[in-house]
Amino acid sequence: MAISLKLNGQTHQVEAEPGTPLLWVIRDELKLTGTKFGCGVAACGACTVHLDGEPVRSCQTFVEDAEGAEITTIEGLNSKVSKAVQDAWVELDVVQCGYCQSGQIMSAVGLLSENPKPTVEEIDSFMNGNACRCATYQRIRAAIQRASEMMEA
Amino acid sequence: MTLNTSRRGFLKSAAAAAAVLYVGVRPNGALAAGSAPAQLNPFVKISADGTVTAIVKHFEKGQGPATGLTTLIAEELGVSMEDIQYEFAPSDPSRYANLAFGQMQGTGGSTAMANSFLQYRQAGAAAREMLIQAAAEAWGADTAELTLEDGILKGAGQEAPLAEFVAAAAQMEAPAEPRLKDPSEFRLIGNASVKRKDSLPKTNGTAMYAMDLHLPNQMVAVIIRSPRMGGLASGFDDANAKEIKGYIRAAVLPNQAGVAVYAEDTWGAFQARDAITVDWDFSNAESRSSDQIREELLAAVNTDPEYNVTGADQAATAAQIDGAAKVVEQTFYFPLLAHAPMEPLTCTIEADEDGGVTLHDGCQFPTGPHIAMAQIFQLPMEKIRINTMFAGGSFGRRATPTADYQVEAALAFALTDRSRPVKLVWSREDDITGGYYRPAVAHRVRVGLDADGNIAGWDHRIAAQPILKGTAFESMLVHDGVDHSSVEGVAGSPYQIPGQHVGLTDVAKATTVLWWRSVGHTHTAYVMETMLDQAAHAAGRDPVEFRLALLEGGGADQQRLAGVLKLAAEKGGWGSAPEGRSQGIAVHKSFGSYVAEVVEISGNANDGVKIEKVTCAVDCGIAVNPDVIKAQMEGGIGYGLGHVMRNEITLTEGEVDQSNFPDYEPLRIGDIGAIEVHIVPSAEMPTGVGEPGTPPSAPALANAIAVNGPLVTELPMNLNGVSFA
Ligand code: FES
Ligand code: FES
Repeated sequence: MAISLKLNGQTHQVEAEPGTPLLWVIRDELKLTGTKFGCGVAACGACTVHLDGEPVRSCQTFVEDAEGAEITTIEGLNSKVSKAVQDAWVELDVVQCGYCQSGQIMSAVGLLSENPKPTVEEIDSFMNGNACRCATYQRIRAAIQRASEMMEA
Repeated sequence: MTLNTSRRGFLKSAAAAAAVLYVGVRPNGALAAGSAPAQLNPFVKISADGTVTAIVKHFEKGQGPATGLTTLIAEELGVSMEDIQYEFAPSDPSRYANLAFGQMQGTGGSTAMANSFLQYRQAGAAAREMLIQAAAEAWGADTAELTLEDGILKGAGQEAPLAEFVAAAAQMEAPAEPRLKDPSEFRLIGNASVKRKDSLPKTNGTAMYAMDLHLPNQMVAVIIRSPRMGGLASGFDDANAKEIKGYIRAAVLPNQAGVAVYAEDTWGAFQARDAITVDWDFSNAESRSSDQIREELLAAVNTDPEYNVTGADQAATAAQIDGAAKVVEQTFYFPLLAHAPMEPLTCTIEADEDGGVTLHDGCQFPTGPHIAMAQIFQLPMEKIRINTMFAGGSFGRRATPTADYQVEAALAFALTDRSRPVKLVWSREDDITGGYYRPAVAHRVRVGLDADGNIAGWDHRIAAQPILKGTAFESMLVHDGVDHSSVEGVAGSPYQIPGQHVGLTDVAKATTVLWWRSVGHTHTAYVMETMLDQAAHAAGRDPVEFRLALLEGGGADQQRLAGVLKLAAEKGGWGSAPEGRSQGIAVHKSFGSYVAEVVEISGNANDGVKIEKVTCAVDCGIAVNPDVIKAQMEGGIGYGLGHVMRNEITLTEGEVDQSNFPDYEPLRIGDIGAIEVHIVPSAEMPTGVGEPGTPPSAPALANAIAVNGPLVTELPMNLNGVSFA
């Protein structure tokens, strides 16, 4: 079926079967590969994108359900919050292999957008679904706190 | 692994021709420079516009060589970290061999920095001397008057960017023995403010992993593999797959190890695969369950060992223990573990115009797939090219002695008319069920203590599924039948243990096994360090003091191990845990590095354990990139702790029971509090950091839990009496 998607501020017409995960439309059709495939079952968060500003797992979002929503991927981030998060990530050299980090950043931007000064417990609970096999967790925690500071400045 | 990392006299530079200066070593090992890379293996390339590029021979899976090897060039050449780029080396073992592996190009055994430290510095230093020579000639000055710093040549009243002298330098012979900086002159090596080179692309989504490759007209292939080791595909029914959008066709692989399913895109391939049924011949397939494997391993440590590893007299050791004042005895079991790197395995193969093929891969061990592809495609080595891309983690999984997934891709490509590139994709289910695990292992240890609380005898038996026997690594790491990877960390431990006997029994594998971050040390450190704690408690002595006594009066090995132990104890507040907290400590040497860790927990095994804090001390020689080292310790600790907390792979009649993260639950952000890393200042040659953080983490946790609870001797902990908060 033909589906119209609003992604990173642009409208795209795509051909996809109903039930196709949004992840594969983004990666294979639109060739935006910053959004990663890690598990396909909503258990790792590598595929996290925003639907109308809310972090969702694109591997478990049907493409037809994203029609009409504003979809944002890592490539389309441009808010004040996302700038603070990405700057903090670079400042603290959070990444190792980096494969989970698009998803971590999309979740962190989601967290700080709704809660600009999260506690450690709030960070841990919000970020719980984003796995990092390289275990960069304590830098993720520190970078979210740093981004929170930067947002105040 | 015991690897020789100190070959001298290897370096030679190649001088660049007209517009580009390359510096590296010739195949015979001499430093060489030139204007084209053809006859040498360049480690540094300087273009006419002054762009400096480090050619990194180790792949980047997050452990930092893209930053580390680039730092070595920048330091000796005299450019800032901002003004140097890097690219990954092509596959060519005659030029980019890992000096620790002989004639093989590859990354592993935490050797990247150790085997590159002199090589890359010499290349950078040779380039500096050639540029200075060129400037001296142009300015009519003496080379001694000139300096090259931050990319600027200066002296004799003149100043110019290095770009101006690239063409002249490219015509020169490389100096045979360029002067390397004295450590006191280092500006970048050891500088904690040097940043990772790969942070930005990995933060904005532009970093390209093999999974991200979309070549024009490519097909995606997924494989239906035998659910049990040794099963053979004899046919399949794809009637239902024909309905699926994008499905192209399926074919039994030539080795019958599975069925390749081809589709236009990834989702089409996954769906088509689910719709295909395969006929399997299981007559020679593995049918044991993990319970049986466990029984076999435990039985093996209770009989006489097959191999006497240390040559000590077992009967004499047993007699000493029997006659000791106290005996401490434990049996341990370690399950199979999957690596589960975040990026599932993938690679792409395409045909080149000259009849050759190119592999695009986050390639850890280029020489293996290179040789395998030359055989499969019946092509000379020079017609096989490997494009190394970022890898989304590995933990050992991307380096198999069989080049397993690259061979799958090659077979799947060979079954086509080769007009379209084939991208092989593994799902997470493929990854968790697809074989290659940390082997299951059992240990049994009896320790005798004399009346003064000193060790009188130590009888240690290990039963394991050997990793290296029957592989290309056998000649290097299997001696007199003993697979070193089964016993490393017990045999050859720096502890001076009187009357230590170590025995090993091999048990046939029921699935393919592989090195897993820190290899044998994953289990040997656990057993050594928990048994030392048990012995210390039985002797009524402090665990740190007890260990230090076993290191006293030794050589450099013992002193360095004692050094990190004391530092971790001091920084971790050993012995003064806050109310409600318990501490455990462990120290271990692996891959040439010494690491001690104090794990501090709250709660207990019954009510829920929470890991509040980990304090780590590491001595890895000269700390080239201190922040990368810290990151590797943090990651190594998390990797070790997450798996002992709750991971195991089990088999039922040969089939893996787990399938994805929900039943192979990764460490999560809330599982560990702070990790603090302290680096011991050192002038020794750099040693490994990718793996050594892992071994002490699990026993330190076990020792902390044992303060107010049981010693966990069978893993994972959550299935053996420990609940986690
Ligand atoms: S790929 Fe979507 S959560 Fe893992
Ligand atoms: S950085 Fe490697 S998985 Fe997170």
